[in-house]
Amino acid sequence: MAEQVYFEDITEGGEIDPLAKLPTTRQLVMWAGASGDYNPIHYDKDYALGRGLSGVVVPGQLVCAFLGQMVTDWMGERGTLKKLSCSYKGMNYPGEAITCKGKVLKKLVADGEHCVECNIWAENARGEKTVTGSAVVILPARS
Amino acid sequence: MDIDELKGRLGTELWAVEFEIEKGLVRRFVQAVDDPNPRWQVTAPPTLVLTVGIDQIQQWQASVSPSATLLHGGTELECYQPVKVGDVIRASVAVAGVRERPGKMGRMLFITLETSYTNQRQEAVARSRQLVMSY
Repeated sequence: MAEQVYFEDITEGGEIDPLAKLPTTRQLVMWAGASGDYNPIHYDKDYALGRGLSGVVVPGQLVCAFLGQMVTDWMGERGTLKKLSCSYKGMNYPGEAITCKGKVLKKLVADGEHCVECNIWAENARGEKTVTGSAVVILPARS
Repeated sequence: MDIDELKGRLGTELWAVEFEIEKGLVRRFVQAVDDPNPRWQVTAPPTLVLTVGIDQIQQWQASVSPSATLLHGGTELECYQPVKVGDVIRASVAVAGVRERPGKMGRMLFITLETSYTNQRQEAVARSRQLVMSY
């Protein structure tokens, strides 16, 4: 785990440490079991092809969990995740790299809490944003 | 349930499910995500509540749009307090919005479901909005 980040350390426009993922079909099966998401587009290739997809697709909510992981890794033990939102724009396929990224949009103190708003997104190997979203975290302050 | 019936039920609870956030459930979740943060030994990752009752949502969606392909359009999560391992979470689901649009694969139905999550002390722990689509 990285060192604790403090509100004062953050600058608007600064980047969140990216998180690299390479989901496999095995991981999709693990996710189906853990999440209870048994939509066949995530494990049945023939079904997925018959529905106009290019193959089984990575569940959007798994990518959302990846983005959540990136944010919680970055905010550290003393950070709190308040909001997370994701829009599923494009498909991710197993065996293809996903990179989670984020950028600080704004920092502000509201109700005595040190809030940081971020844009977050997931890119496929071609650099296309397949999931876009935002996050709000509360960070500890030095002062 | 047709679209007008759905619109007539906006904001009212469709169903609720109760889930214990068991240690094994959290372990399987963090293994599936590959998120080894030691924090998840006592606290559930914030996105875990989103999977509470996901199967019920899909079964319901399938009953609204029989033989349709189900897709997920978006997720919004607001966390009020951490969910701890051992908590019992009640997820109450309501329809927050319905619309229809022609798509390249035929008629597409967009439903926004809002879920409120409370723990065993009846404290609000989180709220989510899920946009689900079917065609």
